Amino acid sequence: MPRIKDIKKVLVIGSGPIVIGQAAEFDYAGTQACRSLKEEGVEVVLLNSNPATIMTDKDIADRVYIEPLTVEVVEQLILKEKPDSVLPTLGGQAGLNLAMELEENGFLKANNVRLIGTTSETIKKAEDRLEFKATMEKIGEPCAASLVVENVEDGIQFAESIGYPVVLRPAYTLGGSGGGIANNRGQLIEILENGLRLSRVGQVLVERCIAGWKEIEYEVMRDGNGNCITVCNMENIDPVGVHTGDSIVVAPSQTLGDKEYQMLRTSALNIISELNITGGCNVQYALHPETFEYCVIEVNPRVSRSSALASKATGYPIAKVAAKIALGYTLDEIQNAVTKKTYASFEPMLDYCVVKIPRLPFDKFISAKRTLTTQMKATGEVMSICDNFEGALMKAIRSLEQHVDSLMSYDYSYLTGEELLEVLKVVDDRRIWKIAEAIRQGISYDDIHRVTKIDKWFIDKIARLVEVELKLKRSALDEALLKEAKRMEFPDSVIGRITGRTEREIHDMRHEYGITAAYKMVDTCAAEFAAETPYYYSVFGSENEVAETRDRKKVLVLGSGPIRIGQGIEFDFCSVHCTWAFSKEGYETIIVNNNPETVSTDFDIADKLYFEPLTPEDVESIVDLEKPDGAVVQFGGQTAIKLTEALMKMGVPILGTSAENVDAAEDRELFDEILEKCEIPRPTGGTVFTAEEAKEVAGRLGYPVLVRPSYVLGGQGMQIAINDHDIDEFIGIINRIAQDHPILVDKYLQGKEIEVDAVCDGEDILIPGIMEHIERAGIHSGDSISVYPAQSISEKTKRTIEEYTRKLAQSLHVIGLINIQFIVCGEDVYVIEVNPRSSRTVPYISKVTGIPIVPLASKVIIGHKIKELGYTPGLQPEADYFAVKMPVFSFEKIRDADISLGPEMKSTGECLGIAKTFDEALYKAFLGAGIKLPKHNNMIMTVRDEDKPEAVEIGRRFAGIGYKIFATEGTAAALKEAGVKAIAVNKIEQVSPNLMDLILGHKIDLVIDTPPQGAEHSRDGFVIRRSAIETGVNVLTAIDTAQALITSLENTDIKKLTLIDIAKL
Amino acid sequence: MKAFLILEDGTVFTGTSIGSTKDVISEIVFNTSMTGYLEVLTDPSYAGQAVVMTYPLIGNYGITPDMESRKAWPDGYIVRELSRMPSNFRCEGTIQDFLKEQDIPGIAGIDTRALTKILREKGTMNGMITTNENYNLDEVVPKLKAYSIGDVVSVTTCTEKEVLPGEGPKVALMDLGAKNNIAKSLNIRGCEVTIYPAHTTAEEIINSHPDGIMLSNGPGDPETNVSIIEEIKKLSDTDIPIFAICLGHQLMARAYGAKTYKLKYGHRGGNHPVKDLSTGRVYISSQNHGYAVDASTVDPKIAKEAFVNVNDGTNEGLVYIGKNIFTVQFHPEACPGPQDSGYLFDRFVEMMNSRREKKDA
Repeated sequence: MPRIKDIKKVLVIGSGPIVIGQAAEFDYAGTQACRSLKEEGVEVVLLNSNPATIMTDKDIADRVYIEPLTVEVVEQLILKEKPDSVLPTLGGQAGLNLAMELEENGFLKANNVRLIGTTSETIKKAEDRLEFKATMEKIGEPCAASLVVENVEDGIQFAESIGYPVVLRPAYTLGGSGGGIANNRGQLIEILENGLRLSRVGQVLVERCIAGWKEIEYEVMRDGNGNCITVCNMENIDPVGVHTGDSIVVAPSQTLGDKEYQMLRTSALNIISELNITGGCNVQYALHPETFEYCVIEVNPRVSRSSALASKATGYPIAKVAAKIALGYTLDEIQNAVTKKTYASFEPMLDYCVVKIPRLPFDKFISAKRTLTTQMKATGEVMSICDNFEGALMKAIRSLEQHVDSLMSYDYSYLTGEELLEVLKVVDDRRIWKIAEAIRQGISYDDIHRVTKIDKWFIDKIARLVEVELKLKRSALDEALLKEAKRMEFPDSVIGRITGRTEREIHDMRHEYGITAAYKMVDTCAAEFAAETPYYYSVFGSENEVAETRDRKKVLVLGSGPIRIGQGIEFDFCSVHCTWAFSKEGYETIIVNNNPETVSTDFDIADKLYFEPLTPEDVESIVDLEKPDGAVVQFGGQTAIKLTEALMKMGVPILGTSAENVDAAEDRELFDEILEKCEIPRPTGGTVFTAEEAKEVAGRLGYPVLVRPSYVLGGQGMQIAINDHDIDEFIGIINRIAQDHPILVDKYLQGKEIEVDAVCDGEDILIPGIMEHIERAGIHSGDSISVYPAQSISEKTKRTIEEYTRKLAQSLHVIGLINIQFIVCGEDVYVIEVNPRSSRTVPYISKVTGIPIVPLASKVIIGHKIKELGYTPGLQPEADYFAVKMPVFSFEKIRDADISLGPEMKSTGECLGIAKTFDEALYKAFLGAGIKLPKHNNMIMTVRDEDKPEAVEIGRRFAGIGYKIFATEGTAAALKEAGVKAIAVNKIEQVSPNLMDLILGHKIDLVIDTPPQGAEHSRDGFVIRRSAIETGVNVLTAIDTAQALITSLENTDIKKLTLIDIAKL
Repeated sequence: MKAFLILEDGTVFTGTSIGSTKDVISEIVFNTSMTGYLEVLTDPSYAGQAVVMTYPLIGNYGITPDMESRKAWPDGYIVRELSRMPSNFRCEGTIQDFLKEQDIPGIAGIDTRALTKILREKGTMNGMITTNENYNLDEVVPKLKAYSIGDVVSVTTCTEKEVLPGEGPKVALMDLGAKNNIAKSLNIRGCEVTIYPAHTTAEEIINSHPDGIMLSNGPGDPETNVSIIEEIKKLSDTDIPIFAICLGHQLMARAYGAKTYKLKYGHRGGNHPVKDLSTGRVYISSQNHGYAVDASTVDPKIAKEAFVNVNDGTNEGLVYIGKNIFTVQFHPEACPGPQDSGYLFDRFVEMMNSRREKKDA
């Protein structure tokens, strides 16, 4: 079927801020789809509230709106832009839900806008639990016995009729939010109440528990002519019971025979056909491990995290093809972009094995439970490719960047066999390490399988790795053993550690024996056809097939690895733009990265893509082959920066700011010298290694002090200490991981926090704008609301900041990007942190100022000067609108994580509010972050003593817009004394009715709870905050955020929002 | 033990011996299926060939009751890695033991992707698997060049008639080296299936008054089956509905004067898209053939193209004009591979039923 001619202008809705369950994969899918639409001459209008995405670039879409994802905004946008169609299936659940609301309320029809791709009837059939079940019954596809309930009583009745355990799945939520397994009535009530509240339609599915079955997924495509194919199937190593996003996944399935494989494949095709899906779809199955019985768990009628993984695992661009299908093309008309010989109507065949491991945030939330359930907790993931499973697993492990490089990275040897079997019952992120230890201790496969339900094939693969590890320990290291270990991807460093040699000795020994990495192509067809796409992975013991290229200068761009708190999608934005900029300047570009969710690992971004771990050894193998003329490390976050030294040793020139200067910014003494020379003040402080030293420095400075490790991102391990006891605790936490670098202890200054990103060409600087944080210093910059242009600092201070930035950039010999954080107290400006690299705020400031700083920085790195690029150096004139970047959190997903904000970053994503007035921008930002008030007009305040004067005024203003304030005793007294009406409530440990009853009563819009500084030892505040978050109540833990919120609430009416096309700035 | 794979062009791969340690010379072909290695090993169409599995991890679920014929047929088996510990609830043994029992020599631990690329670039080649370290290339290569597959249909077909009882239409299945699932696919649709050896005369089959005739898949060069082609021509001159798969499809085409030719490296795998030209629908099919019907040599008055391969445009099926005959190059019986074209068996059953109804009327 040819393209539908009257599709001329399409609205694509993105997925909004990155939260757990909805991450960079939708930027990847959306970007691919937009490019695919533009290729066909379609005008693309893009809506997404997330400024860190690539899809919100004016190169990707024709009109770009970074606005809150609400029904009102989409309606206004449709009226303004008059698109003829909306493509809803590429923006994840957020985009899909919005499109469905507009379809259901008749707005689309009234405005002659159609949904293209999968229809709304189909989406409803797939997403609505009842309709889905009925459809499956109609075509004879089995689902686990289940019932959709809308109240707790029905849930109890059904659960007790089918027997515990039961699985609970709320309808229309992200990443299985609010779901879980209930083993008894108590658990059922708890999870069900929560799930009913989180579901958009107040429905929860109560289902027969099939935990322990194999979990298998199929990615399916179907066109308007009814042609369907499966792109890939995947097997979860963790059986049913763990969310697929938190499972270790392998593609293709490994333990299914052709009978099982084809049975499920046929089922998937039947389902997609019956649902009449046009585009991509994901079907999840539970397969009984001992019979052919299976159940359909879920169908996602859209692109998903799994489809991003399947695209990267096979080379089949699902989102691109889905977009073409939406325009009317059939699969046999769409060319296979990899082979350029075959068509999209074929099924990829893999001649390798892919392993995905989730990146879980327990390093950030040390109080959180590590248990994995049907509620997804991972913030990101890594993928690896190898021609054997053991190798793929080893590569994926070291890609995680969690201080793990093998199955020996966690020591469980202190546990007895019995204890091991006991701990294996709990599914957590370290289970494979525990299995490895169980194997070391001689526990049988049967016993491990009985407890974990993990297929013995996988257990045997872990055992093979353990065997090689033992051989390395016990036998002499000869050529054959080295070959065997390398084939299974043991890193040189690990082999060295086991055999008592250095990493270099192993490296040299390898080269002597000719044991080097070879690169193979991901070609979608197992070498059946010649492919043109340079998408590679490494293996040992095979022939290299990468053609040597020498015709152009080559640049190596190092990506940023898995998405984690503190290092998110923004670095992928930077890496991709850097690659494009170098490409425009005539370079051959090479990307190395291991994150399947990103745009940078799409095979047509760089000239060559190496899907590899980002460790020195893995990068060196690529360097040996490619011999790049230089490497760029300043765009790939800390992951890339950490490789600087290794690259220099390999003889690869670091393009842009040199390694010594990167070091100078991180090395306390060197940096102090530079500051002194430039006459720039910084908070006084010192470097320490031990708690004793830290206490001595703190004593000298006077509490409070800021304690943090150097060379980290996202303020990991950063804390404010108010006494010696805190120091002991914080230094203890930091030193749990051996530190190569000293710990910094600084005087904590409570001023305004200011942030600047600048491009420096060695002489001149260009500052697109100054950003001011709403929260005072002490809260991580990534968790603060950031405002451009800065609102409350004087013109003189701005000039000081410009001057300091220039001096610092020049003294550090920055070529490229620099990010500086300042504290302003009155007219005094202090430098608190300098990062000679790209930062989290780069996409945001680029978009709101219209100054493309990554391409500019890239050009500067190549050798151009700011002046010749058409810019006047210095601080650029301020825009005549306001832009507010708002952090977004995923606290409800992580049980037992403390939500109070501090120097350690906790947010997973961000959204933007942009408007002609500050109040409207702020309002939009809150709206984009999902804070939509008021509903009940009730709030709770409980603040620390220092905040009381400000809290009273905030309370007065909330009362002024009609809020009833409940407060704990002290706070209530302060409010009353100032004449603000407040109702005193008991703390949770006191008798009912107390705070907890109020929160659980679902009548509260907002909790303002500012915890005291320092290590908090009362559980009270923690429990209040957790309970509020888990019942869907907004919680603010910084008084400045509360003030910003009331300001925005006082001033703006949602119906009057103005929409701004970023592409025109 | 070390094993060597020596190709006609002098390329040598060194790996580890699996299965039998005997030397074998054979045609080397590759299969891209990711599952179904047992079905591949027991597909009679591989007689005279050694198979390279492009998927690197083979034997993961062991040997299951999924054999497609009474024994394994390939002369040799070439893999990247065999699983040492199969895991599946139906697993009855390891592939290592199976290869030994079946006396099939093989080689593991070689770069199967590099080998596949050679076969793709240079075309299907002959080769030898040997465990003799002292092979002499000058002696081996001429032997490899001289090898040809020969009459393998006679080797693979059954020796005696067999009947699968059923209440529905009676099908005479000509076993040219048939996979079990062809008979099974008809049998589960209610057909009574009588399996005949390949050299059964047309007369005998016609005299048994079948409601339909099924021509199976099979190994080797279609051109060599001269006498069988003659019998097929006779069968086609009746009004008995005929459905043919793979070799059967090629022989029918030859019976009507069309030519067959050898593809550069064949189609072997479970991912080939074929387009039904009557509806425009594309189906993913299971394939295993080294020869194809040259559609340009098909007389348009006799037959028209029914299916075409979306990747390379080669012929995938014919419908004979004014006759109850349709034939396909791919494998609707799947095993291994996608079951998407199983509807063709339904179509065949309908053809038989409607002919019966007409007769009854």
